[in-house]
Amino acid sequence: MAQAPAPKFIGAPIKRRDDPRLIQGLAHYVDDFSPPGTLHMAVARSPYGHAAIRSVDVSKAKAAEGVVAVYTHEDTKAIGPVPVGGLVPDAKVPEQPALADRKALFAGEPVAVVIARTRYGARDAADLVEVDYEPLDAVVDIERALEADAPKVHEAYESNEAFKWGISGGDVEAGFKEADVIVKERITNARVAPLALEPRGVLAHYLPGEDRMTLWTSTQVPHKVRTLVAGQIGMPENRMRVIAPEVGGGFGSKLNIYREEALAAYVSRELGLPIKWIESRSENFMTTIHGRGQVGEVEMGLKKDGSITAFRYEVLADCGAYYQLLTVAIFTLTGLMLPGPYRIKNIEMSATGVFTNKIATDAYRGAGRPEATYILERMMDVAARELGMDPVEIRRRNFPDKSEFPFATSAGLTYDSGDYHAALDRALEAADYPAMRARQEEARKEGRCLGIGLSTYVEICGMGPSAALGGQGWESARVRVEPTGKATVFSGASPHGQGQQTSFAQIVADGLGIDPGDVTVIHGDTDVVPYGVGTFGSRGTVVGGSAVVYARDKVRGKMAKFAALKLEADANDIDFEGGRVFVRSAPEKSASFADVAQMAYSAIELPEDTEPGLEETHFFEPGNFTFPFGAHVVLAEVDPETGEVEILRYVAVDDVGNMINPLLVRGQIHGGIAQGMGQALEEEMIYGEGGQPLNASLMHYALPKANRLPRFELLHTTTPTDVNPLGAKGVGEAGTIGSTPAVVNAVIDALSPFGVRHVDMPLRPERVWRAASGKGTPA
Amino acid sequence: MIPAPFDYARPATLAEAMALLKERGEDAKLLAGGHSLLPVLKARLARPDLLIDISRVEGLSGISESEGGLRVGALTTHAEIERSALVREKCPALAEAAGAIGDMQVRNRGALGGSLAHADPAADYPAAMLAAGAEVLAAGAEGERAIGIDAFFTGAYETALAPGEILTAVRLPAPPARSGGAYLKAAQQASGFAVCGAAAQIALDEGGAIASIRVGVTGVAAPAYRASGVESALAGTAPDAEEIRAAAKKAGEGVEPLDDFYASADFRRHLAGVYAARAVSKALERASAG
Repeated sequence: MAQAPAPKFIGAPIKRRDDPRLIQGLAHYVDDFSPPGTLHMAVARSPYGHAAIRSVDVSKAKAAEGVVAVYTHEDTKAIGPVPVGGLVPDAKVPEQPALADRKALFAGEPVAVVIARTRYGARDAADLVEVDYEPLDAVVDIERALEADAPKVHEAYESNEAFKWGISGGDVEAGFKEADVIVKERITNARVAPLALEPRGVLAHYLPGEDRMTLWTSTQVPHKVRTLVAGQIGMPENRMRVIAPEVGGGFGSKLNIYREEALAAYVSRELGLPIKWIESRSENFMTTIHGRGQVGEVEMGLKKDGSITAFRYEVLADCGAYYQLLTVAIFTLTGLMLPGPYRIKNIEMSATGVFTNKIATDAYRGAGRPEATYILERMMDVAARELGMDPVEIRRRNFPDKSEFPFATSAGLTYDSGDYHAALDRALEAADYPAMRARQEEARKEGRCLGIGLSTYVEICGMGPSAALGGQGWESARVRVEPTGKATVFSGASPHGQGQQTSFAQIVADGLGIDPGDVTVIHGDTDVVPYGVGTFGSRGTVVGGSAVVYARDKVRGKMAKFAALKLEADANDIDFEGGRVFVRSAPEKSASFADVAQMAYSAIELPEDTEPGLEETHFFEPGNFTFPFGAHVVLAEVDPETGEVEILRYVAVDDVGNMINPLLVRGQIHGGIAQGMGQALEEEMIYGEGGQPLNASLMHYALPKANRLPRFELLHTTTPTDVNPLGAKGVGEAGTIGSTPAVVNAVIDALSPFGVRHVDMPLRPERVWRAASGKGTPA
Repeated sequence: MIPAPFDYARPATLAEAMALLKERGEDAKLLAGGHSLLPVLKARLARPDLLIDISRVEGLSGISESEGGLRVGALTTHAEIERSALVREKCPALAEAAGAIGDMQVRNRGALGGSLAHADPAADYPAAMLAAGAEVLAAGAEGERAIGIDAFFTGAYETALAPGEILTAVRLPAPPARSGGAYLKAAQQASGFAVCGAAAQIALDEGGAIASIRVGVTGVAAPAYRASGVESALAGTAPDAEEIRAAAKKAGEGVEPLDDFYASADFRRHLAGVYAARAVSKALERASAG
């Protein structure tokens, strides 16, 4: 095969082609589709966190104007339970029905669905479903849930313990014996809501004549939805087409199969009419998965020189009432990333999953890794204080050198490539760390509280080798050069805002010597693209983009054969550039790219052993994960009187390997940092004793807003990976992982004159004020 | 996010609006900017049968000078109040309170009258109105009456407005010479409502001592209140920063603070003192400069 010329578009900061339609309101989301006759579904939900359902009376709802049908558990028993995966051995796996049976186990749990001619009518009639509830004691706190007398979420189990899982490497006991100092802390990663801008939504349209179902759904994983939802309603999956149209963000929350998808599909098949359900923001808060939800005891042993001898994490993991697709797997990612970017030979994590009367936790941007990074980075600062070391020094002391890569960790992973010193040096230089410390000193003299927070992180991306993931770690792509010389990419990954319509076009344009504007990228339609896995775990470009590279090269190789025939040259001597195909050793011999494409489709002349057409598919199976890393430095000011926190500077160095499009990388880092800051300062789902969420609205739950964010000073080091042909490591979650501990460390550093060593997130004003005034944790 | 069904009427005159309100009584709600009402309708926390949209009733909008003070119509938007040079000159605390409400979109649609009549204990206006010594004008069957602001807020979401009355305008007295005012707040991070908002209006005598002082506090307890302890501690004095701080602590005393997941009663009590001190300092600074 001919060698590709030097990249021209890969690495270029080309503007996202999605943006004009998104900004102008021209994009099409699920709710923008309404086939004739569309009926609307509204869900009657439990107002209780835990209640027995004595009876459900749907007569009033059925009699309401415009109501076509009402379904309860009895009517939908044929729907299979919500699919779960990523389990650990001996996990208890409760079956999650489509509609609650005799009990509702969390506030917002679906009890009945109303189908009506209008959305308003459906919503009004849902209020008329009369459910006789007997409220039961709910359990929302994960520590309380494990007490012997705690209310049980599932009667069938002896306790609320959902699973036990552990990971260990080296010899932790020996490591602690070797330590000069042992630091301990109890650290919480609060439950947070992913809150994609577009809530969930589904439109199911069953055509009885064809016996075919089309399911439009706001998802990150259309093929998984097809296989699993078809399975739930007992339909062959090849009779179902799933379309993820424009998807307004997911952050992991849409890497799931939800009850409403199977319900809409089931009802559409029952009635032979299109059924639409669009989630409200309140429903989104209550019934779309949450992220994080860990409380743990952390223990770290160190030598006097700051080198870490052992690290232990005993954690309770909040599962909610039922698992969603990857609830259990998320916690295992925390364990795998426990050693972080440090040489920690002895580690141990023991996790206990706990059922509570809440919606499940599952993947949320970072998914398990932010938790690991957060506890580790917090402990690095706690230890630095204990040892009287600078937080920079203690980190440097424990970094592996770049010559040690590939670096095998005590958690059993092999980090592909890295230069952690370089990233930290770069960040400190950009921040002018000594000057920052001097500024902090000056401010303290004036009675102002400035703090500097560091976070050095490594994360696991490019999910991943199929065997390591329990299956389906690959991604697919098909590249077709059309008869007119345009190219079309059909990707099995299902981007939902990341910008691959632009970056995949760059990848294909480079290899085929055409303009990115001549490349169209299609995804999210299971009838159109090859069977795919989806976009999550920072894999869209790393795995999906690599599939595009190989599919492109297959097409290119085939096209070279046609060109060789036309130009009377050897196929290995054919090159592609500027919309032309030419002979490398005799560049005056050339043909237009479109002419060669036309030749392959006319097929009047065929090279030997070559089929007509220019369309090739590749399934890329990665050999390893990728491990992006970086260093974030934050300067924050705290007003100890009011507890308000202001971020004065934010410097981030992120090494994501090769960048296909630096603008897309920037956007991902921006959004990631913002979300991580949200968790650090503001976000937390709060439940009352009865299991009702107390802040399930944007009037109560604070999202990071632009006016609270500083200017981000973004820099990079570039350490490519050899795990994939792009050398890219993934960037979707890096900002989120790096920012949370950096912000918290800055605030706690600012509070250090008050003797504060740790405060749990989110650092809302009252918590900060209490810490500063020695009042302890608020109720 | 979908309100329960309701009827809608859009009277052209105040008389028509009052007639409808009289006819439908408790089942009707007045709609102006909608920024207090619509969120509770969408959450189905309120289910009125009729919305009487008064947004096009003539004569209820605008800011004018009246007897050296100000008259602000009920339909005047927060944005108009925030940007008004007249308000900034006569009552900067009110302009600051208007500018502290929600976000740009809310301020462009939301109106003064609705906010005051809704009487959310965490709204921004009450503190500024209490500090300014405003009068609320209400039209009813008997004609128009003026309600002193100290008697206007009677509880959380409760006012001295009688059933059938419509809030038409607010009157602010003329500020004396050497006076200044300010409004400062701690905003709930999600809603932007005041966890604590404090306004101060101060006039100095010729010797530079405080001749008159009014301090209003919102967000801390229901309803918003005057911090009379602070006022009496500072009246007649020329306080330094430490004295202000000590006196302002009284802003959180003698009240039963609100308590929620975002801010405990203790914290609100503490913030009342902090923000009262800051508002007083800023008002003093402005009074001295003016």
